[in-house]
Amino acid sequence: MRLRSAAALLLILLLIMAVGADWIAPHPYQQQNRDEARQSPGASHWLGSDDLGRDLWSRLLYGTRVSLLLAAAAALLATLIAAAAGVTAAYCGGCTDRLLMSVTDLFLSVPWLFLLLTARALLPLNTPPWESVAITFLLLGLFGWAGAARLVRAAARARLASPFALQAHAAGVSPARLLAFHLLPNLAPVLEAQFLLALPAFLLGEANLGMLGLGVSEPLPSWGNLLVGLTTPGAVAESPWLIAPSVVVLVSLLAMHELCGRSRKSI
Amino acid sequence: MRKVPLLAPALCALLVAAPRGGELHLCLRGDPKSLDPLMVTDEPSEVIRYLTSGVLLRLNRRTQQIEPELASAWKVDDAGRRITFRLRPNVRFSDGTPFDAADVEYTLKRLADPVLAPPAGEVFRTAAKIQRFRRPNPLEISLEFAAPVSALELLFDEVPLLSSRSPVKEKAVLGPFRLAQYRRGVSLRLERNPNYWKLDSSATRLPYLDAIVLEIQLNRDIELTRFRRGELQLISNLDADNFDRLRRQAPGEAVDAGASLESEMLWFNQSTAAPIAEYRKAWFRSQAFRRAISEAISRKDIVRLVFRGLAVEASGPFSPAAKFWYNSRLSPPEQDTDSARRRLAAGGFRWRDGYLLDPGGRAVEFSLITNSGNRNRARIAALVQEDLAKLGVKVNVTALDFPALIERLNHTHDYEACLLSLSGIDLDPNDQMNVWLSSSSHHPWNPRQAKPATPWEADIDRLMREQAASYDPQVRRGAIGRLQEIVREQAPVIFLVHPHALMAVGSAVHGLEPSSLKPRLLWNAERLYLEQPVAGKR
Repeated sequence: MRLRSAAALLLILLLIMAVGADWIAPHPYQQQNRDEARQSPGASHWLGSDDLGRDLWSRLLYGTRVSLLLAAAAALLATLIAAAAGVTAAYCGGCTDRLLMSVTDLFLSVPWLFLLLTARALLPLNTPPWESVAITFLLLGLFGWAGAARLVRAAARARLASPFALQAHAAGVSPARLLAFHLLPNLAPVLEAQFLLALPAFLLGEANLGMLGLGVSEPLPSWGNLLVGLTTPGAVAESPWLIAPSVVVLVSLLAMHELCGRSRKSI
Repeated sequence: MRKVPLLAPALCALLVAAPRGGELHLCLRGDPKSLDPLMVTDEPSEVIRYLTSGVLLRLNRRTQQIEPELASAWKVDDAGRRITFRLRPNVRFSDGTPFDAADVEYTLKRLADPVLAPPAGEVFRTAAKIQRFRRPNPLEISLEFAAPVSALELLFDEVPLLSSRSPVKEKAVLGPFRLAQYRRGVSLRLERNPNYWKLDSSATRLPYLDAIVLEIQLNRDIELTRFRRGELQLISNLDADNFDRLRRQAPGEAVDAGASLESEMLWFNQSTAAPIAEYRKAWFRSQAFRRAISEAISRKDIVRLVFRGLAVEASGPFSPAAKFWYNSRLSPPEQDTDSARRRLAAGGFRWRDGYLLDPGGRAVEFSLITNSGNRNRARIAALVQEDLAKLGVKVNVTALDFPALIERLNHTHDYEACLLSLSGIDLDPNDQMNVWLSSSSHHPWNPRQAKPATPWEADIDRLMREQAASYDPQVRRGAIGRLQEIVREQAPVIFLVHPHALMAVGSAVHGLEPSSLKPRLLWNAERLYLEQPVAGKR
């Protein structure tokens, strides 16, 4: 319980950092102080500065906002789609079930990274950075629901076959009421677990895209493009503070994992 | 850091007999696509061709002068329509077959063969068609061309000579090394050619090395790690970040050969086929707009921050590395935001709330595409974005994976501005014909024009054709000099910087004469030697 509280506290802290970046960050994230490039941590730059003289602490704060908030939004979207697809398939059964599960299998079998690359290449070029990052996460959400949908369907089927659902049916409860008041509340722990599982997956997905140079576009920071600095061999040994974004990613993923584990147990 | 003129070891090699033996280990970026020297299209195959093939004339990569190789002397007549080679006597291929003028004729006829169409012989099927061969004796051959050929001697630096009589065909080589073993995806082992003709000053037969082992390694980081562990002795191409780290950790192993021929450049899409709004095309076609953008960018900051000082600011398409062609009268544009503002104001642009508006009152904003995964280019884009923001121009940077980028550049033309490099080019300007001719499919800003869209593009076409049709180096230099002036005046392509040619050389390797021209470290491979050669060390 103590560990779960610590994990929740940590995530809340990260959330506060993300939301309050405008007040906490000592410099604008895009401001290039070209005469202060590649500085070690100090009074003016707590985490040092990057190749273009941008303050890394400020970029980490804004990057946390971008990655954490949008990954959460993408995870929510994926969970909602999974819930809709899973519950519909379980409730309707028959052809609808087969059709929806075929579509789910199709999404599971497509290599999502290549699909993302293709989708990104087809987007309009003149997209401002904030819109481009929102689109990236929207795509992550749209492509990342399939695994969860199968689980939701299985859970929904089990709930629909349980005595309380049969009694509600026998009492003449309408399908809408059955879904809204009987099924969905009982599926909440499953959906919560799926959301918490999707969140780190999308964070890592964005980080992967960032490492490939295809994530969030300049000058906007994200956890993904802040990790690019670590791809050069010897960079960490030379400038250990560059590891800060990866520590934040790791710690937040561990916290989410802890919350996920508890959610799974509660199911 | 090791300074470029590594002549001291080279002189030592002349005065003190260099130790023979040892294996040199380095990496290739991939498997060679062909081991037939005439069918070379990729860099790994080119390295192997360079190390194994003999040529009539050689471009000295340091002096940039043509030097005799298998031709001991040559003479150009008739204003570049005829060249006569005097061949070295007693030269044999690696299998013992003698070499003479019949082999030169055989090779050139194969290169010109339209059915075989070897990539290495394209020039002999187009601009330099040989009309007649004359072989007055086995050691002399004269070639007559249909028209004067520019850079005639330079052509023969890339003609790998084949044997017309050897039973092993193209496996019989005249270069310092011959292929001994090829393990696909792993390595190639080139061993000393026992019949190589060249001797050093103490009459020792070259090459000094027993073998060169070329290991296939795509990952540059692994290559550097292996170099640091002493498993590799040479890296012929390092990026500025790794070079900077290496020169701080092992200064003697970092070699900077100065500016390379490559350029980082930016251009605007002026193609009539581009699916972009006409008012935007009007910006991109405005000389005032292009020059203002050029002036607003700080090339100094790109050199300092992106390349860690390991690049030179560009004034045009030719880098100072192209000693003969570089127009030294043109200095790189200094960042001058005020001058850029004046140009834009003169072009009808104005400002409101700090944002630049075109004559029609629309905010000036454009997208800049570049290839993903290139950190330097991402940094340049960020600097350009910030510099242009000072001018009130909003730039949206989009990184695309390479196939998607090429699709937009060459097929759909659906982009506004592009940041890319001009790389893989040769010393001679003829190599850039496809960049500058308005009819070319690789003409960056407006490809495949039926006729030049502007008078200055017509001038560029004329100058390129003029220099390509002349043998006279001064006429050619004049035309290329003027071309550079036009590119500077019109800024259809905004040249930013020329990165340095950066390499890593193990302390045990001697005899090197690093050059910014390819193959940077191996062009005099026959004279390389190891301090303490250990045969079959690995």
